[in-house]
Amino acid sequence: MSGLFQALLDGFAQGSIYALLALGYVIIFKATHVISFAQPALMVCGGLFSYHSMSEWGLGFWPALIVGMALGALLGVVVERVALRPMLGKPVFTLAIITIGVDIALRVLANRYMGANPRPIPFPNGSKQHEIFGLVITQQRVALIAVTAVVVIVLALFFKYSKEGLAMRATALSQEVSLAQGIRVGAIFALAWAIAGALAAIAGTFVASTGAGLEQNTWIIALKALPAIIIGGLDSIPGAVIGGLAVGIIEQLAAVYQPSVAPWLGNNFALVAPYALMFIVLLIKPYGLYGTKEVERV
Amino acid sequence: MSSLLSNRNISSKPARKSTGVRGRPLLRTSYAQEITLANTAAKRRGVIAIVVLGFLIPWLVTDDLLSILTLGVISAVGAIGLNLVTGYAGQVSLGHAFFIGIGAYTAAVIGGSPTSQAIGYGLPMWIWLPAAGIVAAAFGLVVGPIAVRLRGLYLAIVTLGLVFIGEHFFREARSITGGQGVGRRGAKLELFGIDFASSEPIAGLSREQAQFFLALVFLIIFAVIGRNIARSAVGRAFAAVRDRDVAAAVIGVDLTKYKIMAFALSSFFAGVTGAMYYAVVGVFEPSAFGLLLSIKFIAMVLIGGVATISGSIMGALFIALLPRMSMEIAHLLPFLTNFITVFQLEAILYGVLIIVFLIFEPRGIYGIWLRIRNYWKGWPFSY
Repeated sequence: MSGLFQALLDGFAQGSIYALLALGYVIIFKATHVISFAQPALMVCGGLFSYHSMSEWGLGFWPALIVGMALGALLGVVVERVALRPMLGKPVFTLAIITIGVDIALRVLANRYMGANPRPIPFPNGSKQHEIFGLVITQQRVALIAVTAVVVIVLALFFKYSKEGLAMRATALSQEVSLAQGIRVGAIFALAWAIAGALAAIAGTFVASTGAGLEQNTWIIALKALPAIIIGGLDSIPGAVIGGLAVGIIEQLAAVYQPSVAPWLGNNFALVAPYALMFIVLLIKPYGLYGTKEVERV
Repeated sequence: MSSLLSNRNISSKPARKSTGVRGRPLLRTSYAQEITLANTAAKRRGVIAIVVLGFLIPWLVTDDLLSILTLGVISAVGAIGLNLVTGYAGQVSLGHAFFIGIGAYTAAVIGGSPTSQAIGYGLPMWIWLPAAGIVAAAFGLVVGPIAVRLRGLYLAIVTLGLVFIGEHFFREARSITGGQGVGRRGAKLELFGIDFASSEPIAGLSREQAQFFLALVFLIIFAVIGRNIARSAVGRAFAAVRDRDVAAAVIGVDLTKYKIMAFALSSFFAGVTGAMYYAVVGVFEPSAFGLLLSIKFIAMVLIGGVATISGSIMGALFIALLPRMSMEIAHLLPFLTNFITVFQLEAILYGVLIIVFLIFEPRGIYGIWLRIRNYWKGWPFSY
């Protein structure tokens, strides 16, 4: 039984990373109605910014995280400005494909920086283990869960009470009406990409502080947040968090139980379990758990 | 109505005897004339010229370039398939790599030789090629109903999930695929008793030349099929679904039927492409069918021209030549290699070209061709 709870706890920690990434996807989607396939590159680049400021500029973990977030946000704004702003009003699919192009180009640069060596970010006292009710959790994961919780709360307050948050919600509802009300919609797009870039940088930094660190193929992790947003519903912020956690937990449960319960699914099925979960959820609810159903008009 | 439409173009070249009534090539008197394969004399002559040129290419270029072109010509069939579902029917699919993989492995099992790991029955090409298409189409039929329920970006992400699940399946089914890091050979490329993979010259042709001819015939067959689908009632139903699915349903287009049909047809094209491509390539591994392959095909469609058959072919050739081009660029601009390797340059070019085409030339290479054509059509007038 403790095996199950341990798996749930580990999944929750891993799911926090997916939740951070999923929030980025959803915020961009709500503001601009585009799915950004550039999130993997933003995650890797954000992680590398933190890595660079730690290893080259000698910052500690937390200052490096802040620097990584700031530079990640800046990168998000640059991507929006250069690649997406000229395409305003074009079909959303075109914009989505452009973000794929951005992703490929940015990742080449990131891989060029990394070379063949993994880039780990040491978390202070990261391997120190805590025991709660017989479950083991590392210091790094406690910090990850705490940071995610803080981010979610801050974002919720931001959207609910700040002027900019209100402007973002208005833009998500209707871009034209917001323009008429004096909201600078372009600035809102930039802000959405900045938030998404910063969130991706947090995720990248924490990914780099587990296991081997950032590698050439670490970017695949960010794609697993896609099932998360589909499960939660593309335009739902609580859905992104819940979907992210669900994906992490399913992945961990599959890693622990699938080899003994369903060995015919092959080795490492855990890696694709989120996609399988996505298929099942979509067959039952085509707009995810919390997504808004599209209203059709001829 | 159609004759009215075509009458607008009377400013073009003077009368040529062939299509039109009373020597007016652009005057159509029936809808059948409007939608016929080559609806102008110039188009007919142009297509014949291109096909003749295609058959002359093996003597015009060196063998190393020719083998690249062979693979480009084969991928063109897959690009046409993706264009049917994404360009004509408007159902965004990032899952093309999955169907190509299905086709490749079906062909390898039916038409390949067994290895210590993987099974193979060594049947001839006229069995494995259609079989690869049919099995892939069957998988398309399974995915189709999901597409009926989902729209737009939801569908894009779900088909993306399909690629990951497929790659996992290919990695784990070692008796079919040989497994990761080992791989297996594709189907045997043998037709009418001629072994296209042997290094002996065939009827005075080198292996590369013979394979190019085979690929060219393959492409011509499927390009005509693709064009016929696009210009028939099915193609018009696809376009109606793409432009506004609710409106299409209102005027009597069966959405479920046509969405599933689009996926099945596109998967058939993908399946035969996978079979041919990896029969020519030789040894291949499960990791070949990742997201990057899907993106390559999306790039072919977007760079070539959405919802055009000729554009798909141009796009496929362009993408196939891209590695070679980036090598040439690196040769011409040697200082570039101080910053990035040839492979990184190639990858960046993919990304940047997709962005540049979408921003500046949304209709792709086909759009560039249209502008050139219209310029000369109206020459010496610039309008």
